[in-house]
Amino acid sequence: MTEQNTTAAASRQPRVYPPKPEAVYLLGTCLVDSFYPEAGMDAIALLQHAGIEVIFPQSQSCCGQPAYNSGYDEQARAVARTQLQAFAADIPVVVMMGSCAGMVHKEYPKLFAGQPEEAAAIALAARSYEFSEFMVNVLQLEQQLAQAEDQSPLTVALHTSCSARRGMGVAAEHKALVENLPGVQVVEPERVAECCGFGGTFAVKQSDISAAMAADKASAIAATGCQRLVSGDCGCLMNIGGTLDKLQGEKQGPAIPVQHLASLLYTRLNGGDGSQISQKRSQQYNKKSGDKA
Amino acid sequence: MSQKIASDSMHINIEQLQQELNVEQREFNELQQRHFKVRAKMALENEALRKSFRGASDFLMGKRKAVFPDESALSALRDRGEAIRQHSLANLPELLERLEKNLTANGIQVHWAETADEACTIIHDILTANNARTVVKGKSMVTEEIELNHFLEARGIECLESDMGEYLVQLAGETPSHIIMPAIHKNKAQIARLMHARAQTSDGSQVPYTEDVDELIGNARAILRDKFMRADAGISGVNMAVANSGTLCLVENEGNGRMTTTMPKLHIAVTGIEKVVEDFSHVPELLTLLTRSATGQKISTYFNMISGPKKAGELDGPEQVHLVLVDNGRSRIFSHPVLKPTLQCIRCGACMNHCPVYARVGGHAYGSTYPGPIGQVVTPQIAGLEKHGDMLSACSLNGACGEACPVRIPLPELIRELRAEAVSPQFTDAAAVTDATAVQEVMGRGAKRTLGESLIWRGWALTHRFAPLYRIMTTAMTRGRGLFRSKAAAVLLSPWTDSRSTPQPARRSLHELAKARGVADQYQNNTADKRGDNA
Repeated sequence: MTEQNTTAAASRQPRVYPPKPEAVYLLGTCLVDSFYPEAGMDAIALLQHAGIEVIFPQSQSCCGQPAYNSGYDEQARAVARTQLQAFAADIPVVVMMGSCAGMVHKEYPKLFAGQPEEAAAIALAARSYEFSEFMVNVLQLEQQLAQAEDQSPLTVALHTSCSARRGMGVAAEHKALVENLPGVQVVEPERVAECCGFGGTFAVKQSDISAAMAADKASAIAATGCQRLVSGDCGCLMNIGGTLDKLQGEKQGPAIPVQHLASLLYTRLNGGDGSQISQKRSQQYNKKSGDKA
Repeated sequence: MSQKIASDSMHINIEQLQQELNVEQREFNELQQRHFKVRAKMALENEALRKSFRGASDFLMGKRKAVFPDESALSALRDRGEAIRQHSLANLPELLERLEKNLTANGIQVHWAETADEACTIIHDILTANNARTVVKGKSMVTEEIELNHFLEARGIECLESDMGEYLVQLAGETPSHIIMPAIHKNKAQIARLMHARAQTSDGSQVPYTEDVDELIGNARAILRDKFMRADAGISGVNMAVANSGTLCLVENEGNGRMTTTMPKLHIAVTGIEKVVEDFSHVPELLTLLTRSATGQKISTYFNMISGPKKAGELDGPEQVHLVLVDNGRSRIFSHPVLKPTLQCIRCGACMNHCPVYARVGGHAYGSTYPGPIGQVVTPQIAGLEKHGDMLSACSLNGACGEACPVRIPLPELIRELRAEAVSPQFTDAAAVTDATAVQEVMGRGAKRTLGESLIWRGWALTHRFAPLYRIMTTAMTRGRGLFRSKAAAVLLSPWTDSRSTPQPARRSLHELAKARGVADQYQNNTADKRGDNA
């Protein structure tokens, strides 16, 4: 019996990481771009602090995952092609979300199989890293957190997205970064590895099932008594955070602000005024806009 | 306690109970005709059902985890399972021929069925040729798939399911909600009502009402024992068919499989063509993967190896053994370049036990023989995307199923691939396809493509493909962020905002913030210049 699924076996081999590069691209992702830009800015600042030049191609948009997961391969390819061009130079790409990192690192080679851009897609996939993956495996940031400016006590529930956990296999990297922050206590909600119910278009196409999953996840997180919910994926943050807001609005749960992992790291390392917690910011804005109206 | 139940049972009006169950059965049948989303919503609102499935999922995930304590050993075993199954598939046509040759040499008669109807007809013909009027069945999902019971009952042959779960489901007039635990959707009280109202002992009397599990099983056991003694034929499934030795392996826990395959004079085994393995040396690893993944057992209570009918001078065993090899769309799956791993499945049910969607809606919501992730992959391929394409959206692509699969079927990838087939611009009319093996694409390809949705994705591609258009869109979103709280947005966003707060874009996009901060837009490869400077 000699047949082996060699490609599948190869993809299970541990990844080999490069030494610290001089420059990296930041792939912001469309969700961070419009909804959580402070997370992107915090990631840029962290990378720059490490002495790395950050390139943010203005021509980048979306990795193409929403169409790809819906089965619209042609449209996904058209958008992904734009990213191949935007991130063309041979330097590492740091991707702000686990699910988009999974798309580029795992799916691009399949999406472009047999296409003229196949080689470019394989090359981009090979030099793309999820944020925490890069921070831990290339920069060893988890070993440099002892001198954090803000060491005040903070209880954090960490939600590792399914794509980060199972797609990219970086649950340990997520954990290492948060756990090594002085003063931060990480609490684990019940059924920690279960999906929050986001799943992109799933949340719209199967909104009842998605809502039921989100409600369970939000309750489990609220039950930990955490002060903040942190994740490396903004889809999960928007989903769980939005559900927590709704519970709070109906006086069924506490207010729990949500934050991207990059922002938690940056604010703890540099004190509170680097960036803000997204939810607090949007609440302040809502108050203002409400006053205007 | 049992006295109290006994006294309660006196007050149960059996006619009223029977009427209630008839109404429930009618409602079940009506619901099965409706859309996936309706069934899912009903299931989500049914608290007892939610509790049953959540409890079962948690229990079974815990059991599996406990028997696979070593991650790397599990990973190595899964590699082996995958390799064994892929080896079987890589050599499928030849292995099936070898299987037939060796089964025939062992005295087992082999039949080939291309369609469900053909399989049912073959089985019916064997039964009538042997004057068989009553059949006991061991648990077999493939006979559910081909709807054998309906076929035989319509022709006057009594079929009795002998697996406890299957027996209850049959009694209720329902279908299995799980491939390993068919009645997992029912709680103790529901089973007590069902047994009392519908089960009859061999002398035709009602079974007394009891919620005591041991008593319930004892009652069913007495009824089934009697049927085993009298049945003209036994019909079972197959977990592995060994080509080199011509052996049919059957995994079970209740002993009903052994009774079904040994007590009646006639045994008919039914299996999908993919269940073949080359050699006995492949069996132990697949068996341990199967029982550990399914129920967290190191080995099942029974493991039957059937290698022929009763020989001259032997006291026990059937006089005839038949194997019906069912294709029913499997050849088509076999020839699909991406979907072929579907056939690696050993039917352990671990994917559904680990699926967060299945845990919330249960098996009946899928409206198909096979529920959960493997059901989402198998069903549209054997029954067509027109009828079963809708269940494909009931997946968040979280990957828990793929991670649990003992033979490493990339289930999320296959679900995604089927979504692409479902919305493909090339439509393949299932009815027009006469030769199932002649085409590679999935039946009903393109059946779920709608003009509205394809326009949305085209528009999406346009705005995300051209940088200036994308920036105009994000500028509009960030500047018009207040509109996200408007009434119009509330309507548009309602699938999201019914259970969540309204998301609101930031005031400035990351593109704008990065530019304002002077973050470089392009990488200047100036290594050469630097070298020049240094020199």
